[in-house]
Amino acid sequence: MEGTGVSLKDIIRKTLSEWMRGTGPENDIVIGSRVRLARNIVGIPFPAVASDDQLKFVANQVEQATKGVAEFLKEKYDFIRLNEVPPLDRQLMVEKHLISPQHTENVKNKAVVLRGDEAVSLMVNEEDHVRIQVLFPGLQLLEAWQLADKVDEVYAKSLNYAFSPKRGFLTSCPTNVGTGMRASIMFHLPALGMMGQTNKVIGTVSQFGLTVRGLYGEGTEALGNIYQMSNQVTLGRSEEEIVHHLANVTQQVLTQERQARQHLLNHRQLKVEDRIWRSYGLLANARLMDSIEAMKLISDVRLGIDLGIVKNLENRILQELLVMIRPAHLQKLVGRELDPNERDIHRSELIRERIKLASNENK
Amino acid sequence: MLCQSCGKREAVVHISQVENGKKTETHLCTVCAEENGAMNLFQVPNFTFHNLLAGFFDPETMFPSSGRVTTKVPVRCPNCGLSFSDFRRLGHLGCNECYETFDNQIEPMLRRLHGSTEHVGKKLNANVDPKADKHLTIKKLEEELQQAVSQEAYEKAAQIRDQIRELKNEL
Repeated sequence: MEGTGVSLKDIIRKTLSEWMRGTGPENDIVIGSRVRLARNIVGIPFPAVASDDQLKFVANQVEQATKGVAEFLKEKYDFIRLNEVPPLDRQLMVEKHLISPQHTENVKNKAVVLRGDEAVSLMVNEEDHVRIQVLFPGLQLLEAWQLADKVDEVYAKSLNYAFSPKRGFLTSCPTNVGTGMRASIMFHLPALGMMGQTNKVIGTVSQFGLTVRGLYGEGTEALGNIYQMSNQVTLGRSEEEIVHHLANVTQQVLTQERQARQHLLNHRQLKVEDRIWRSYGLLANARLMDSIEAMKLISDVRLGIDLGIVKNLENRILQELLVMIRPAHLQKLVGRELDPNERDIHRSELIRERIKLASNENK
Repeated sequence: MLCQSCGKREAVVHISQVENGKKTETHLCTVCAEENGAMNLFQVPNFTFHNLLAGFFDPETMFPSSGRVTTKVPVRCPNCGLSFSDFRRLGHLGCNECYETFDNQIEPMLRRLHGSTEHVGKKLNANVDPKADKHLTIKKLEEELQQAVSQEAYEKAAQIRDQIRELKNEL
């Protein structure tokens, strides 16, 4: 952190996953699209029940299969055993949404597979033997499904998947059986939030068989107005149907959010501008910043960029910051363990530096 | 004592069941017991049983709340050893074979969860092995060919024959 902007740039470049680039269709609202497929191997108990030897067998099988996948697709795929990864680095993967928080606990025989650009990741021996995940920036659900499907098929050449013609892909939890697919959209809904309309929209959406929850924070409170919407039903519908349904409902939500943004501009412009610039001022100048405050302020400034009010920043900077300000990333950046107080200091420093760097780039 | 089921052989399997505080005893020979699954209650998932033993291991029967006859619950999955009550407690199954073992219990649950019980998405084999797909198609066409010949539809039969030849060449 003490270094110049160049070193910060380097660190960011190394830290970026494909989905964090802030690109892709509808990226003023949609942060990312994710498709996850749950798969298991025939005859071997699911991870919660399996013995150490059985889990080891699964991990070895997936390691072998991954070599074949890399060769066949001519892409870089790394198989990483989680017990060989320091806890901080595991946490980095969680913060980048590459693996679930549960996957960092009891790491014996757990593994991760990452494609070079981190758009494809696999969790090995999480709730199911294999979970293939594709995470793209913006609204690219169909694309994400197509890639997941392709990777899945190559793995199926060497892994003996548990599949029944009647029930589909068999998963540890019956809530995932069938396609084994969970498709989700991460989006930023600040205007609906400002107008107090978010709960109404969420309520409507859940009537369409979809679940909405805050991406960060437990319970109902969504930090930084970021929500995740995903399918509940995995059986009795094809993958394409699930993806199209989710994409359709996403379009409805986008329309609502855009209308809310327009309404704010038409009726409360000065108030909204004031709020956005106040938040900008805090981000650019504060000396202490906890993550909850940071997420709220980033949400405001992001809206400012989308509305054309803030012009010297880009969306992707804030997108990066959302990940970079989280505890593991901060500690990686500083190079040592930090207590919460120190994190607040370094967080504010990182945000100030990043905003300054971006403003200079745009001059 | 003779077997209560066939009435021919000596009864060697004796089952006592207490229901509503009333004790019922069943005596079977090895053959009938085998047929009825009484010999391997703990291994066979889908054992069919005589009416008098229906619901032998059903909690509903053992701890009755109503007089209705309910379906039997297999005790444990033969592959991973998970019991249905384990599943209810843990919320997840033990292995892919549990889906067959507890099929009767899982089906209504799937209907509640998904509004459906049948998979319609991606199929495994067709995607993995295009050859397997072709073999299936050839088999189907051969049946059609037989039918066409028996109906003396020779023109159609010739077309089907050519199709089969083409597919076989591709293999």
